[in-house]
Amino acid sequence: MRHATLGVLFIAAIGCASAGARPAQRPAPAAGPAAPAPAQARGSDETSSIDRAQYPSTYQRHPNPPVLIRNATILTAAGQEIANGSILFKDGRIVAVGATVQAPADAVVVDGTGKFVTPGLIDDHSHLGVYAAPGTQAESDGNEATNPVTAEVWAEHSFWPQDPQIPLAIAGGITTIQALPGSANLIGGRSAILKLIPARTVQEMKFPGAHYGLKMACGENPKNVYRSRGPSTRMGNMAGYRAAFIQAEQYRRRWDKWNKDHQGDQPARDLRLESLADVLRGNIYVQNHCYRADEMAQMMDLAREFGFHIRSFHHAVESYKIADLLARDSVSVSVWADWWGFKEEAMDGVQQNAALNQQAGGRPIIHSDSPSGIQRLNQEAGKAMYSGIRAGIPITRDQAIRWVTANPAWALGLDSIVGTLEPGKMADVVVWTGDPFSVYSKALQVYNDGWLVYDRNDPKHQPRTDFELGQVPAPGSDR
Amino acid sequence: MIAYLLAQTIAITGGTVYPVSGPKVEHATVLIQNGRIAAVGTNVTIPADATRIDAAGKWVTPGFVDGGTQMGLVEIGAVPGTREAFVQNDTIAASFNVAEGINPASTLIPVTRIEGITTVLAAPQGHLVSGQAVLIDLDGATIEQMLVRSPVGIVANFDENAKGEGGGSRAGVAERIRRVFNDALEYSRRRAEYNRGAMQPLSASAADLEALLPVLRGQLPLIAVANRRSDIETALRIGREFRLKLILAGGQEAWEIADAIARAGVPVLVEPLDNIPTYDALGVRYENAAALARAGVKVALLETDTHNARNLRQQAGNAVSYGMTWDQALRAVTLSPAEVFGVADRYGALEVGKVANVVVWSGDPFEFSTTVEHVIIRGREVPLRSRQSELFERYRQLPPKY
Repeated sequence: MRHATLGVLFIAAIGCASAGARPAQRPAPAAGPAAPAPAQARGSDETSSIDRAQYPSTYQRHPNPPVLIRNATILTAAGQEIANGSILFKDGRIVAVGATVQAPADAVVVDGTGKFVTPGLIDDHSHLGVYAAPGTQAESDGNEATNPVTAEVWAEHSFWPQDPQIPLAIAGGITTIQALPGSANLIGGRSAILKLIPARTVQEMKFPGAHYGLKMACGENPKNVYRSRGPSTRMGNMAGYRAAFIQAEQYRRRWDKWNKDHQGDQPARDLRLESLADVLRGNIYVQNHCYRADEMAQMMDLAREFGFHIRSFHHAVESYKIADLLARDSVSVSVWADWWGFKEEAMDGVQQNAALNQQAGGRPIIHSDSPSGIQRLNQEAGKAMYSGIRAGIPITRDQAIRWVTANPAWALGLDSIVGTLEPGKMADVVVWTGDPFSVYSKALQVYNDGWLVYDRNDPKHQPRTDFELGQVPAPGSDR
Repeated sequence: MIAYLLAQTIAITGGTVYPVSGPKVEHATVLIQNGRIAAVGTNVTIPADATRIDAAGKWVTPGFVDGGTQMGLVEIGAVPGTREAFVQNDTIAASFNVAEGINPASTLIPVTRIEGITTVLAAPQGHLVSGQAVLIDLDGATIEQMLVRSPVGIVANFDENAKGEGGGSRAGVAERIRRVFNDALEYSRRRAEYNRGAMQPLSASAADLEALLPVLRGQLPLIAVANRRSDIETALRIGREFRLKLILAGGQEAWEIADAIARAGVPVLVEPLDNIPTYDALGVRYENAAALARAGVKVALLETDTHNARNLRQQAGNAVSYGMTWDQALRAVTLSPAEVFGVADRYGALEVGKVANVVVWSGDPFEFSTTVEHVIIRGREVPLRSRQSELFERYRQLPPKY
């Protein structure tokens, strides 16, 4: 019953409100503020931290045989729904998708009769690993709620790869997540863009080449958290973002100049401003928790003032009210199918939010912000799609599957790599027991970069975290 | 039933009718008169003045019942001024009946009912004993008009959250619950001495002890919130000791002792999509509802997010995905909760004489593709409008017209 849950809800609301920035990793193993010339400095006595690799990804593709899934209904998220189709992937890349596909002799052949195939799902708003189960204070690592601006913190430094919620999300067909700081702060820190795979370290999960995100938060959460010291108002929130980015402009100029001419002393490094300067350079993508339409309009003005682009408004419960403005500025919206009412800025939620943004030419995304919801993002997309259709908005199935694949891939800057089933894309592939928009369908197999990370019918492919061993019963066990 | 309803005569014709108490009937008519179901079958004479609803190709079921809400007791989660489910400073709040805190004008009510949920439990929360839960229909201008049964049971907590008022220990929770139950019995035996001030102080106020007596006489259920297997077993043990009529709520690890729960004849209120492990229930899993049903336990399904009580449908669909039969799941959102909450004589099935809470669906009620076409509560068809539908209409074309 709800008894226990209501209190949790408030904490969770802060959690979702407060998720900060996603860590944008540069396409190349990059240094901090500006791209220095690491090769020159490396190994020399004069090198400094900025010249060395900054927490690089150690992700490696798991070796696996080619896989041919045939005779399935394939939703490519690239405009096609192929009945009785086949898909071949090899060495972590999709090779072919279509009505007939030739398979190499060594391919594992999966009979997809009656099954559906989609791209791996992408949740661009998760707190897995940073608000890990079992959910005690010891796992509460998502909000560095000690200062309204903590652009210096990186979610990956909180992320716990043994979070038992991770296998649950994998079993829901999720292959990539953005793990965000919470929304307590105006600027909460960098997000982590992760391949959702079993791993010992977060570095092994870091999506190679992904841009970091920066979590920002509007509205009630920051002003409530910092009520006594400020900001305590929405105008205080705005002043806080502006002050931070004004400092970042100066910092960026200083570093850009030094990187160009190397004259004088190297400027002092400031991790907070380093993140913000990389937002100004376009290397880090802003992921902005914001509920109310009028506040989103303010934030778009802020972005124009400082010359950056907001990649996505998260939660965006009122985005349907300004869907035209959001589409005009190419700001995506990461929304729930139906959450509403847990606080005042969430009171105007409607189930057609995603559909109305689609209708306006925008880029809707269904996100979870929940360790429970992430396990059925397909269902949430289904709810949102049918809510639109019922209201007379002609949402296509391809559009709806893009809400949880290609569109979040875009929000993370990964749309050339993942999010659709097209030759050359990373082999993140889910086989569903049936139509993914049905309440009765479940992920049957999940391939991440070609690796079978989950198979509902094979306990050998049902990863369990260290945490679960000996205390959380295995699926199918009596205890 | 209640005259204010000005109930219509409604004939829902040609649909596939799921009475729940019996097998489905194709091409059947449900006739509603004076707020009650007057006839169900394939050979029903329809009065000339009846409003007809053509349900050919549609599914007709009883209105769904969600036993896990605070409907009417919360408008905005984060705004304390709109929350009514918790009474402060009363560890044993047995006399706290939530009914007068219910806001019949809550915007959550239309949002919920237009998706086929017509009846809900409005439950108190917190403390060792939270108070009295009531069952309400989601229509009516006054609390009296909404109430179906009050109280339905008294909520007591045996889970991790109760420990704070149990001295920080699960054993302390059990001890305090037992002490107050014994005090209530003592109070009832020695009321005259109590009133003369001739008794040692008791562990709760006279009003709370008095309120517990129907529970201790086995007349009113104790709704025991427990998730860990050992906590469930403690609740069952205390139930045996005091011969209580128990309802388990939460029950996240109940699947581990499904047979014992079945033997005890105790029903369980389960939220099917609970599966995030906590130290209160590391064994929580999606298969809980199915395992209990398979063992013969009476299961009622919950959606405990009051704002999204409408997602009871999704909960039920997922219960099917994880092992319940479809028929079991339908029963677990209609007739079973009606039985658990003591109103099966009036609610939960499409049978002659039952209160006419009826929903017409375009298809399988658990599927996202299904549309709710008609909702009838106590014989009155309610408009399919809510604050959310009005917001949608305002903004479906931009810019809006204010």
